[in-house]
Amino acid sequence: MSEADTAWIETALTSARPQAVGALLRYFRDLDTAEEAFQNACLRALKTWPQNGPPRDPAAWLIMVGRNVAIDEVRRARKQTPLPEDDQAISDLDDAEGALAERLDGSHYRDDILRLMFICCHPQLPATQQIALALRIVSGLTVKQIARAFLVSDAAMEQRITRAKAKVAEAGTPFETPGAVERSERLAGVAAMIYLIFNEGYSASGDTAEIRKPLCEEAIRLARLLLRLFQSEPEIMGLTALILLQHARSAARFAADGTLILLEDQDRSLWNSNMIAEGLALIDKAMRHRRSGPYQIQAAIAALHARASTPEETDWTQIDLLYGALEVVQPSPVVTLNRAVAVSKVRGPQAALDLIEPLAPKLANYFHFYGVRGAFLMQLGRNDEARIAFDRAIALANTSAEAAHIRMHIDRLIRDNQPEGANGNAKQGAKAK
Amino acid sequence: MLYAILCYHDEDFVGSWSKDQDEAVMKKLAVVQDKLTQQGRLGPVARLLPTTAAATLRKEDPPLVLDGPYAETKEQLLGFYIVDCKNLDDALDVARDLGAANPGGAYEVRPVGVFRPGGISQ
Repeated sequence: MSEADTAWIETALTSARPQAVGALLRYFRDLDTAEEAFQNACLRALKTWPQNGPPRDPAAWLIMVGRNVAIDEVRRARKQTPLPEDDQAISDLDDAEGALAERLDGSHYRDDILRLMFICCHPQLPATQQIALALRIVSGLTVKQIARAFLVSDAAMEQRITRAKAKVAEAGTPFETPGAVERSERLAGVAAMIYLIFNEGYSASGDTAEIRKPLCEEAIRLARLLLRLFQSEPEIMGLTALILLQHARSAARFAADGTLILLEDQDRSLWNSNMIAEGLALIDKAMRHRRSGPYQIQAAIAALHARASTPEETDWTQIDLLYGALEVVQPSPVVTLNRAVAVSKVRGPQAALDLIEPLAPKLANYFHFYGVRGAFLMQLGRNDEARIAFDRAIALANTSAEAAHIRMHIDRLIRDNQPEGANGNAKQGAKAK
Repeated sequence: MLYAILCYHDEDFVGSWSKDQDEAVMKKLAVVQDKLTQQGRLGPVARLLPTTAAATLRKEDPPLVLDGPYAETKEQLLGFYIVDCKNLDDALDVARDLGAANPGGAYEVRPVGVFRPGGISQ
């Protein structure tokens, strides 16, 4: 088998995986059995597809074969009689059977995939376990790949996934077809999980950004998949747009030495225009529905940055209004802090400072609060107070990258005394709940 | 005669290509395209963004805008070529060359009725 053959088959297996494992999970009602059945089907595929050519519908083929092999094994265990090797029979699956499998599953596949994703975001699982589990069972990444992206040892990741699976098995999975309300609850949970996966990759520092980039790419793949299944959900459009627009900037976000480059200092020619085009098309589409939500609002903010070919063209007035809308649907001091940055651009530093003063008790340990506050004070010429705020920010920094980030604010303020704020860190403060 | 070669493929599959795989396919296709360009036979070529970014206008009264692509099928229209060909056999030869560079999916070969090259470039 040539390398091209194997690469092609690997891709086919990856893309068929959510649908196939989801369907097998519905048949066997047990995640481990479903995964094992899928693995067995993949082994058969590697054996027979290069000889016989690809089946017309790889997912349907894998579901049939996975099911048959598992059933045979149960029989074999019962009868203790060896069955004839049936590779030949399976590899001759004709299109009629393929079409039958398609009909069997066509009606279910949306909910199958949604269920598969949904069991990963069980509320009892901590976020890190949810993400790891999703990457393992939905995306099919190897433990080694996931461990690498999370910067932990293979053994630690193996343990994390095993624990998560045990919890999921214990909690039980609802297999009946969900009603409309339940479906939208599941969608919201899955969307939040995809956003977590993305942020895990996006919040990497310069020296790990490349290693963690697959997390962003996988999140985009999962978001598009979800959107293909639920085409008219504006919040899923918003989520997909948001992560595309943020990821579009990835080539411009870090300097060669790994330091973060602020949004307004980024070389915009390095932004990925295809991802931006796709993100803008999605947010435009979502807005037509007139059913706003936190992902759409954040995507709209990201879109305003993306549409500005120079930082000076940024429509801060709109960004201020959008953060205001976000404060209504998802109030959080961090959102207000981000809004203050827009306010400082539109109405000046005093208005911005007035807006964030009440946040001090809530954000007493948030390094960004002091960085932004310092910036506003500096713009007002209150340099001594600004210096105190900056020193506090550096003291609160959790990582050297954060400290460097604040120093960068200081340096640039000293340099040209320009307004600056939390928006330089493109990570939106609002966290999906 | 101008022929449109419409590229259909399973988007789940194409969307699962790694960046390297994607670039390798595009590179192989470029070889075929360059040959056609040198022969002065290649018109506009487009690779469309994912169908998730598509909207469909149903020409009802009043027109109805729907999310997503027109056809709810496994294989979607993902791009197209306009090529100057002597006849259908010639157009199928071009499609075969492109198919060798990018296996899987299907090419629909359709003669072009009205063609205006337009003046935009991206």
